[in-house]
Amino acid sequence: MFAYAVRRILQFIPTILAISLIMFMLLNVLPGNAAMMAMDSRKAKDPEMIEQLKKRWGLDKPLYVRYLLYLKDLAHGDLGRSFIRGDEVGALVAARIWPTLKLAFTAMAIAVILGIPLGFFSALKQGTWLDTASMVGAVSGVSVPQFWLGLLLMYFFAVQFRLLPPSGYGDGDIAHLILPSVTLGVGYTALLARTTRAAVIEVLNTDYIRTARAKGLSELLINRKHVLRNTLILVMTTAGLQFGFLIGQTVIVEKLFSWPGLGSLLVDSIFMRDIPVTQGCILVIISVFLLVNLAVDLLYAFVDPRIEYS
Amino acid sequence: MKNLIRKIKGRTNLMIGGIIAAIVVVMAVFAPFLAPYHPVNDANLMFSEEPPGDPFWMGTDQQGRDILSRVIYGARISLAVGLICQILNTSIGVILGLTAGFFGKWWDDLVMGLTNIMLSIPPLIFALAIMAILGPGLVNVFLALGLTNWSFSCRITRSQVLFTRGLDYVKAAKALGYGRIRIMFTQILPNIVGPILVVATLGVADAILLEAALSFLGLGTQPPTPSWGGMLSSAREQLFTAPWISIFPGLAIFITVLGLNLFGDGLRDILDPHTTRSGKA
Repeated sequence: MFAYAVRRILQFIPTILAISLIMFMLLNVLPGNAAMMAMDSRKAKDPEMIEQLKKRWGLDKPLYVRYLLYLKDLAHGDLGRSFIRGDEVGALVAARIWPTLKLAFTAMAIAVILGIPLGFFSALKQGTWLDTASMVGAVSGVSVPQFWLGLLLMYFFAVQFRLLPPSGYGDGDIAHLILPSVTLGVGYTALLARTTRAAVIEVLNTDYIRTARAKGLSELLINRKHVLRNTLILVMTTAGLQFGFLIGQTVIVEKLFSWPGLGSLLVDSIFMRDIPVTQGCILVIISVFLLVNLAVDLLYAFVDPRIEYS
Repeated sequence: MKNLIRKIKGRTNLMIGGIIAAIVVVMAVFAPFLAPYHPVNDANLMFSEEPPGDPFWMGTDQQGRDILSRVIYGARISLAVGLICQILNTSIGVILGLTAGFFGKWWDDLVMGLTNIMLSIPPLIFALAIMAILGPGLVNVFLALGLTNWSFSCRITRSQVLFTRGLDYVKAAKALGYGRIRIMFTQILPNIVGPILVVATLGVADAILLEAALSFLGLGTQPPTPSWGGMLSSAREQLFTAPWISIFPGLAIFITVLGLNLFGDGLRDILDPHTTRSGKA
């Protein structure tokens, strides 16, 4: 078990290295590369000045040297310096992590609390109106564009009924958190409900459930002891994988609600053509996603006694 | 054939989804005949922010353009994005998956490694990274989204190939002396088209949602071209005075994506009852 945990944690390193390489190459090699963009945005036309800027940002060195230097800095927790603002990327990003995490985890909590029971009961009551209604709701939840749902919620709860603030972070209070996290949570709730329903149906068709029924165990006991536990293992893996879906969507929700998180920093930096900040945001967002998956995998090892990890 | 018709009849989701998809296609193809006004040129500031009613059934936007006409024309962008991006995604995914499953060895390891890395990057984030370099614009959206979601078709193709590879008809083809490329494309591919088609249909819905999101953020289709996501990007400022600007384009995205998802689900129930959808944009 301990060996498995160590191995799983060590696997994290090559993945994040590969992602950093892909992102670095993508953002620095393609036609409109980082340096040209930054200079363009500074309206620097003077060739001497361009040379000077290149030297200051280390852009005069060959690409692989730049990547290695980038990695070296990364290992020291240094994400580089913004081309436009001159600030440390690390500091810019650090200030935005907490609002994004708060938003994402609240949305996830909403989804887990609503989605899993919904999927569970509709699977148990297959074919009834409850099942139909919740599955229609789930496919709608997956299909609804979040920025539109957010606009509607904003219109009804902030403009019409004036119950909640329309946007912004406030002083970090709950009132400001409700609309963005509900907007973000709806799609994930729908996904979890669908996944749970499919998982429960799969478990219900297994031999051990048939055996349990044949033994004469009560439905309640079967559901609680056999179905629920076996389903949760399946649901947890998918939930972890689909957390990426949620993290990706924070960008839209943050932009819509003027939420001061990583997503809005990312979009702003793309518009300002500030490559180091863009790169830093992307790397941190993906790392959060990978860390959640890692946590799920480790949790999985505790919950599921069947799998051997040696 | 009769069997197929019976199967389709029993599937409400396939029917509803198919009807919705057909309506969107009709809207896109016949937009100039269906739209009462021109989506861009018929701007009239005299009719700025008119509420829904006669003659503007969905109201007008800030520049006095008819929202209904813009929604009808917007179907063209969404459909084009959905189809072109998904053709790109599916081609990349199928070729990589087919060769990985068939040749195996180091190529398989490489492709699977790449697929797993792609799966660990949220699609919207990857698309944003590409847009950051290419800059805003519709053509760049095609490229960005076409390179974003191929991992799903790659995985499904590979797993299907691994299963099919050992079947008798493939062995027979080998015994007959068919070349490897010929076996791949004439023997294996036609037999695994079902699951690939399901993933592709659901992918069209994802691509439409992603384009709408990029346009909403201001990185996708640029104004004044009418795209559903783009129409919503400026709608927030007018939410207090003209909420209808926000309602109709979003409804169009929602219904279209819902239709495609229902259609994809129905198709999956018929074509391959065993796979479930895992991970989504």
